[in-house]
Amino acid sequence: MSLLYLRNRLLNLLLVIWIAATINFITPRLAPGDPINAIFARLESQGQVIANSAQIIDLYRERFGLDLPLWQQYLRYLGSVLTLDLGYSLSYFPATVSELVMRALPWTVGLLLTTTLLSFVLAVLLGALFVWRGTPRSVHLIGWVLVGISAIPYYLLAIVLIFIFAFTLNIFPAGGVTRIGNVASGLSWSSVWDTLYYSTLPALSILLASIGGSALGMRGMMVTVLGEDYLLLAEAKGLPERWIFLRYAVRNAILPQVTGLAISLGHVVSGAILVEVLFSYPGMGYILIDAIRGADYTTVQGITFLLVVSVAVAVFIIDVINPWLDPRILYGKR
Amino acid sequence: MAILVRDWRFLLGTALIAALLLFSYGGMLVVPRSGIQVGQAPFNAPPSWDYPLGTDNIGRSVLALMVYGIPPTLAVGLIAGGVSTILGTVLGVTAGYFGGRWDAVVRTAADVALTIPTLAVLIAIAAYVRSVSIPMTALIVALLAWAGPTRTIRTQALSMRERQFIPLARLTAANHYEIIFIEILPNLLPYIAAGFVGAVSGGILAAVGIQLLGLGPLLVPNLGMILQYAFNSGALYQGMWWWWGPPAVALILLFFGLFLISLAFDQLANPRLKASV
Repeated sequence: MSLLYLRNRLLNLLLVIWIAATINFITPRLAPGDPINAIFARLESQGQVIANSAQIIDLYRERFGLDLPLWQQYLRYLGSVLTLDLGYSLSYFPATVSELVMRALPWTVGLLLTTTLLSFVLAVLLGALFVWRGTPRSVHLIGWVLVGISAIPYYLLAIVLIFIFAFTLNIFPAGGVTRIGNVASGLSWSSVWDTLYYSTLPALSILLASIGGSALGMRGMMVTVLGEDYLLLAEAKGLPERWIFLRYAVRNAILPQVTGLAISLGHVVSGAILVEVLFSYPGMGYILIDAIRGADYTTVQGITFLLVVSVAVAVFIIDVINPWLDPRILYGKR
Repeated sequence: MAILVRDWRFLLGTALIAALLLFSYGGMLVVPRSGIQVGQAPFNAPPSWDYPLGTDNIGRSVLALMVYGIPPTLAVGLIAGGVSTILGTVLGVTAGYFGGRWDAVVRTAADVALTIPTLAVLIAIAAYVRSVSIPMTALIVALLAWAGPTRTIRTQALSMRERQFIPLARLTAANHYEIIFIEILPNLLPYIAAGFVGAVSGGILAAVGIQLLGLGPLLVPNLGMILQYAFNSGALYQGMWWWWGPPAVALILLFFGLFLISLAFDQLANPRLKASV
């Protein structure tokens, strides 16, 4: 792998983190007055009483050095953010934002990892089948219906699914995994079953919203690959059609799909956050809406920052693995 | 253009959006604006002769909310789409055509902007101001959404620079700007149009998303707001379909229409896709 490529990707990652941190630093300071007092003043004007507010203010003044000149505050902020020190939650003081996030993270990562992998595999299959001559009509029909559905945003699909499966048919719950006692604790068959039961609808909305789009991308790649000379050569050699299709066409069309996955990841994560909110699924989305409603601004900032960073890290990892899967990238990138 | 008019996807997509506009602007002639004010109607009423789409839990007519809520919803998309397409075209064409250091800067910036989830940034800012206005939402979306069009347009401009007619134009002593405007831009129109449609849909997507989190504008009716009120009041579980149904259906039609139009433009930009439909 060329060092230049690696350096560019790393630079990209650092720039994203820097921009996200800078937005978080600037936003509260656009308002007059010092940021932490402004937050508390606003909370109090809304009639909210924050226990320990004096203590939090002191901790913040000390941590951010709010009496220092602005550029020093900025450097300190960047330093603390780089060590993932996101500060204290305003609503759940003395819990830190990181503690809140750690509790929700496994849920979100589990949901996203499963759905992204599933959607990738299904989309590749579907996209390839669209182009293959032997595909039955019924598959084409289902495929195009899925493509049509993928035009609908995640959150609308979630609402429609809640209406169909939770309200009308009453097969799946419309959320509620967070209620204590709903999921058996500990690792047992029943806890696994419960998790699946409560995750099915959120996962289904993410899958339905994402498969069609990437299947369409895969189809486009397949069409391009099928026009290549080496396929003609393979056919001339008399290789079996199925073999040509899988080993020559699909194998080469999959690779740009990986790049497509990296690009669409931010979209998937934002979509999943809203789906979690609508299903009260106990991941990052749920903490986020809780923080928004409680005006817990530090938590909102911490979560959005982590979202941006985790997407950037995931894209970085995909970018680093990608040329190893597909050497054309190193040359074709320019 | 002639190809577009014969493309059923373009026709159906345009028809869907035109139908929504017709519903809204036609509705304004019949439905008084006062219907969107709180307490003008009975609470939680199912559809009736007086209130064809029923009412919500604070006594607003859902029909009036729909009629006056569609244009602001579209406006977010149009502003975001317009700004990001102009930015994307200018950056993409100049980067692809001139190359060099400017190209490297644009490419890096676009890669960075593509990686950042728009919704996350929107939430980070909106959560602090508590509610973002429609133009503000559109501008924040546009600040990140220019990257998509920039990338595709840059690639096309790059490949165009290598084609025969550009050196020819240069031989006839045309300057760079004549070449860009006369030779390159007209050929890029399908890509620019596709980028615009994508950005419009992205803008509406983010604006409705931020509204569902309760951070959108509070006073301007829009489809996301109706949906948010309905969802938060449990309309979904109380069988009040007339409340959450119309905004959901309108949004689905809107996104589906935009999707069809973008498919048509994709085909125009890349005719090879047609090979085996």
